[in-house]
Amino acid sequence: MHKVSPIKTFFTGLPKNIFSGFVVSLIALPLGLGLAIASEAPPMAGIISAIAGGVIVSILGGSNLTITGPGNGLVIVILAAIVGLGGEDLYQGYLFTLAAIMVSGLFLFLFGIFRLGGLSEFFPSSALQGMLAAIGVGILAKQFHVMLGFTSVKGDTINQLILFPDSIRLLFTSSSGQVVLAAAIGILSLVFLFLYSRIRNPLFHLIPAPMWVVVGSIAVSYYYEFVLNNPSPLSPNLMILLPENLLGSIPSPDFGKLFSIEFFGFALSITLVAVIESLLSIKAVDKLDPLKRRSNINKDLRALGVATMVSGYFGGLNVVTVIARSSVNVNNGGNNRSANFFHAAFLIAFILLFAPQIQRIPLPALAAILVYTGYRLAAPENLLKIYKIGREQAFIFIVTLFATLFTSLISGILIGIVSTFLIHLVLNKSKNLFSRNWLKPNVLMYLEQGTGNYYVSVKNFCSFLNFFKLKAKLDEIPENEHAIVDFSLCEFVDHTVMEGLSDYSRSFSRKGGNFEIIGLDIHAAETDHPFAVRKTLPERSFLNFSLSLTKRQTLLQKLSQKLDWFYLPDPIDSFGDLDRFLFFKTKSINYKYNNLNSKNDESQLFDLSFSEGAFIAKEDLKSTFLQVKSPIEMPVFVLNKENIMTSIFNLVGFEDINFKEHPDFSGRFHLNGENKEEIKSFFCDDIIYFFESHPTYYLESRGDSLLIKDKERLASIQEIKRMMAFSEELLRILRNKNV
Amino acid sequence: MQAFKKILIGFAFSPNLKANVYEALRMAFFFDAELTFVHVGEKTPEKETRFERLLHSCTIQPKKISIHWKQGKPIQTLLQACDDFEVDLLLLGALKRENVLKFYLGSIARKITRKAKCSVMLLINPSVERHPCEHIVVNGFDSPQTKDTIEVAFIVAKAFGTTKITLVEEISRSKVAVSVDDDRSLRKATLRKERLRRQEQIRVRDVVKKLPAEIKKDVNWVTQSIFGRRGYSIGHYARIVRSDLLIMNAQENSSFFDRFFPRDLGHILAELPTDVLIVNSKKRA
Repeated sequence: MHKVSPIKTFFTGLPKNIFSGFVVSLIALPLGLGLAIASEAPPMAGIISAIAGGVIVSILGGSNLTITGPGNGLVIVILAAIVGLGGEDLYQGYLFTLAAIMVSGLFLFLFGIFRLGGLSEFFPSSALQGMLAAIGVGILAKQFHVMLGFTSVKGDTINQLILFPDSIRLLFTSSSGQVVLAAAIGILSLVFLFLYSRIRNPLFHLIPAPMWVVVGSIAVSYYYEFVLNNPSPLSPNLMILLPENLLGSIPSPDFGKLFSIEFFGFALSITLVAVIESLLSIKAVDKLDPLKRRSNINKDLRALGVATMVSGYFGGLNVVTVIARSSVNVNNGGNNRSANFFHAAFLIAFILLFAPQIQRIPLPALAAILVYTGYRLAAPENLLKIYKIGREQAFIFIVTLFATLFTSLISGILIGIVSTFLIHLVLNKSKNLFSRNWLKPNVLMYLEQGTGNYYVSVKNFCSFLNFFKLKAKLDEIPENEHAIVDFSLCEFVDHTVMEGLSDYSRSFSRKGGNFEIIGLDIHAAETDHPFAVRKTLPERSFLNFSLSLTKRQTLLQKLSQKLDWFYLPDPIDSFGDLDRFLFFKTKSINYKYNNLNSKNDESQLFDLSFSEGAFIAKEDLKSTFLQVKSPIEMPVFVLNKENIMTSIFNLVGFEDINFKEHPDFSGRFHLNGENKEEIKSFFCDDIIYFFESHPTYYLESRGDSLLIKDKERLASIQEIKRMMAFSEELLRILRNKNV
Repeated sequence: MQAFKKILIGFAFSPNLKANVYEALRMAFFFDAELTFVHVGEKTPEKETRFERLLHSCTIQPKKISIHWKQGKPIQTLLQACDDFEVDLLLLGALKRENVLKFYLGSIARKITRKAKCSVMLLINPSVERHPCEHIVVNGFDSPQTKDTIEVAFIVAKAFGTTKITLVEEISRSKVAVSVDDDRSLRKATLRKERLRRQEQIRVRDVVKKLPAEIKKDVNWVTQSIFGRRGYSIGHYARIVRSDLLIMNAQENSSFFDRFFPRDLGHILAELPTDVLIVNSKKRA
């Protein structure tokens, strides 16, 4: 392998990162404004936080693709701090909270210094999910009213939930045009956000959904002003108000309550949520990294701490790593930290250039974005997923959810931890196992001298209480090696550990290593804790599908009989080496179903459920793929239809390989790959003529096999037959090429 | 070459008496050593005849056996006896075949090993029938005592007919001096570990090379480096590889501090993964 200088890589990648930073800023702007308003802080606070995060974390941070800015989870704690510290005077509360934010920045920084990033493993995963769901409910409850145009609903989350019917009734009894317009903007925005991922136009998707909402609502305001001659269709308290002089109006934090207990409590809970949200996001983004890098979480925490302190000083909110914006960054080709910096730069430009337009954004539109965010956090399908893992996990989830809603965030998560521990005691019927072994070392790892495998043995018990010990050892294994984790000496393994291990297993398989878990079958037989053991391990079917086949499935079955192939309609979540295809680099595969396999195992056709992006920018997709083994060794390349998207990508540095002597082919297809010379010689006249004369598919070569995909949806039987004919013809040409 | 010339075992009239006595007889026979039985408690003719009968029921008989009846506190009396008879190996058998008592054995063992001036062997599962000792795990700490301990391991292997010895070097994680945060530090740490591993292996192999050739004959020995808590990893390792005997250095210095934070032997004595032999090289020299 030849080495490319890092500086050169940085500069050649710069256009991509500027572009990606731009797209991210499109989603960061509405989210920043919305999250700040939802916390009862001035709208600029969210933008300041994103700018501070983008500039500082991109310089000091330890991760590669993450975007930093104001976080969803923090809305609830910052809101509580502003209301709690300020009482009636919300602005004064905001100033106190800025001080709390700065203190929490210091805490974050210290977390990083003392390398406490791993401590987040102390939270049982179901309890954590419950807490996040509670945050989601909190956001949703408050913003629902704003979305309908009522900003005066006060009280805690429970109260606001109870007042839902009232707001709706008020809407129907109101005759004022302003109220109806506000509600219409809010509701239409929400509907749009839910439907966004159904529209599969790539150009349309270039602009993230929240930005469409903002642009749309600004357009409505212009329409009222210039066409209907109504300059203020909504009441002023439903509009964003930016200060006249942006630089002159920076508030300064008030440390007046620094030594009070409640101040300390708020600073602590802000820190807790910031750490949890950041670490979860960093972990999730690492899984999406096409270059498979590992983030330095402690360095990132230090950077986030510094950025938070700076942001708080200038009147901004906490800086955390945010998953939705980061995933947008990954999907738009960002490949290093500079994208985060450019996202901040574009935000500055937006604020300076478009302040009048930003002031036209109606609050109901922003509230709709937040309602959608809250819904995704609290989504009922999360509970369903957890219920499938085990009933007791669902119990922990619900206990934590309600505890958080009825008390506070800190006590909520504490109750979650305690209830998890109690359930473990009940499941084991023994408290000695935990009390006797908690503080003892229980993990042994060594490199087997004969085989070169890393062998890890875990003793006694392994749960959220001591998972960090196992993690510390596992983190020291290079992911391209073979690791064996043996639980045969371990009496109890909990769900948090199993989930963590399945993450490891994925990252090992992504990087070409092997991660095996052994000894759990014995464990299940000796003691009965089926929950952790049976569920979260990969390689097992996890969805219950009905047995009756749909019409398409029966047709597929008939097709398989005609071809004499195997047909398996059930979903399976083992997808072999599929994620080695470039197509899946930034996507995560969920499961594969309707498998048609040829008898010699050289071709297979399947439907695949996969997702792109994460959290509110997440899109679940289903497509039909055909994977065939190539008869000859090919170069690695991607061949796609040339369209507006690929043209845009060309501009920012994704190269297209063109052939002067084949203008038709070069114009219609977008071809790229690492080894240009080899690709050029591979695409001989026969092959180019073949592509010119056949329908265009997404085609990717991995060297030994080909992946063919039609549209961004499941293919019909006709389309499948066409795809198969296409591949057969292509294979025939390849075979001839060989002789 | 002899590892131990005088072996002492304390006995009590417990259900395990027969197993303990048989183990002791076999041990003395294998090492070609003198065997001393000490009972702490009252001497009655009835007990005496019972013990004599038991002793003679065994087909294996070492060259010299002596029986002593003493009064006093068990641990002190045993330790005193060890000094008086100039014993170089003290055998401790588990009193009953119960898991709970393993902890009891551990706690007695801890007291005795801290004070004993001779080597100590703990049998977690004494039995009347001999179970073969097939695999010995021995520590390869970087310590002046280790050379002796490894030598004893080879002698014991020869005496017991053991064919496999694994020398385990526990390397403290702090020696790597790189904490793994990202890909770069991981690479660095992996390289450093590899270097340390090589160094340690060379050191341990040198020790083995210097041993007389006759005790190394017929024994297949390998080394294994483990990065982990010293004194803990080797016990866990011995349990995983199902070794039959774990041989360790005696605690180097029983300072006041060590009592509260048992370092090398603490974890092993608390868990007793296998039979354990603690070699006290001062006595042997």
